[in-house]
Amino acid sequence: MPDSQHDGSAYNYAYLDEQTKRMIRRAILKAVAVPGYQVPFGGREMPLPYGWGTGGIQVTAAIIGRDDTLKVIDQGADDTTNAVSIRRFFARVAEVATTTRTAEATVIQTRHRVPETPLKDGQILVFQVPIPEPLRMLEPRETETRTLHALSEYGVMQVSLYESIARHGRIAKTYNYPVLVNGRYMMSPSPIPKFDNPKLDRNPALQLYGAGREKRIYAVPPYTPVKSLDFDDHPFEIERWSECCALCGSRESFLDEMIVDDAGKRLFVCSDTDYCRERRGEPVQ
Amino acid sequence: MTDIGPGLADPAHDSQRLFRAVLDAFSHPGRIVALPRAPAGVGPLSPAATAFVLTLVDRDTPLWLDPAFDVAAVRDFVHFHTGAPIAARQADALFAVVEPWREPLLDGFAIGSDAYPDRSATLVIEVPSLVDGTPRTARGPGIATHETIAVAGLPASFAGAWAANRALFPCGVDLVFTAGTALLALPRGIVMEG
Repeated sequence: MPDSQHDGSAYNYAYLDEQTKRMIRRAILKAVAVPGYQVPFGGREMPLPYGWGTGGIQVTAAIIGRDDTLKVIDQGADDTTNAVSIRRFFARVAEVATTTRTAEATVIQTRHRVPETPLKDGQILVFQVPIPEPLRMLEPRETETRTLHALSEYGVMQVSLYESIARHGRIAKTYNYPVLVNGRYMMSPSPIPKFDNPKLDRNPALQLYGAGREKRIYAVPPYTPVKSLDFDDHPFEIERWSECCALCGSRESFLDEMIVDDAGKRLFVCSDTDYCRERRGEPVQ
Repeated sequence: MTDIGPGLADPAHDSQRLFRAVLDAFSHPGRIVALPRAPAGVGPLSPAATAFVLTLVDRDTPLWLDPAFDVAAVRDFVHFHTGAPIAARQADALFAVVEPWREPLLDGFAIGSDAYPDRSATLVIEVPSLVDGTPRTARGPGIATHETIAVAGLPASFAGAWAANRALFPCGVDLVFTAGTALLALPRGIVMEG
């Protein structure tokens, strides 16, 4: 007997009904076929508010199965509210194994970070995207931005970056830094720090991006060139810290600044909790 | 009315597993992906083509059948298990199951528009073998350096037809070659040489 109706629950496996999953799956295949292009899909209401990862959760629900091991991170951490609730959600509705170890996960849903540990062929990274349209702050009309993508006409973004240089002496954008996918589509990498942008380039893992409120899915297939926009005389650069992680001593990872007492004492620690724990040789919780 | 064969035994889990195999194929063009526990082929369709139809086709996606596959067994099966309308015109179809020796192979299907390149057809091409044909080199998104594709049964005109389809990018059709219980995907962005 089919066990899709697992444990008598009123919900279908992985929460979404099969018709919805098929619709999302078709959108994912189109997104993979046209890297960086935002495929409209019939976004459903999910049991969490917009802005909490409704797009990512729908993508994950459409791909996940009982053979998967799921990791969920929020700003690099496995133990933050958003990550914990989404991980528990899928453990419950999809009977899926969960992990905090990047290397052990087959599907990683992320809000605003790419794990420090390099990803492998076969892994899928699902991004939660608030605003999928990279040109939205420059051109509010959907009809216009759609035409700009159709024509690959991205001068307006170059002008915006130029204005930033004129005003600040450098490109001041530090997150959600626009990229060009395979030389064709401009894409928002979601609000990851620009520190993570180089990890998107030719990554062996499949990258899927889901925007729930805006109802868009887009993708970067494995090994696809992803270039951060820049100028010849102002090349793209990532953040550097003079400090190292106060816990593991890493000088390579993205650091969060923490205030640790009432006197304003500050520490820098890895944003990626799994990476930091692994470097310290601590067991998984 | 013919006897209608069974569809997926456990729809939620079987279609998830099959979709992941298809997604693996699309994100690694040229990779031959064996379908786990593929259903039996229906009528003239291979198990892989049958699995693809059961996994992705439904009442929202008109399906076009090549005359060789447009038989009662397939029609009844598709109607009963997926509810998909059978498209009378190629241009109306979002999915199609076609024979490789059809000429012109890729013409007449929806290619999408520059504004909406996703509104294009995906063609399932039933071939005798995924490994015994003329080797061609493929490059593009999803391929680290290059991949060798040796799908058998394609006409000599295929290279030109695919180059023309590639030139339409971001528009164009996406292809899935099926043989037995395995499939191989060729999304529109892939360049073929040789």
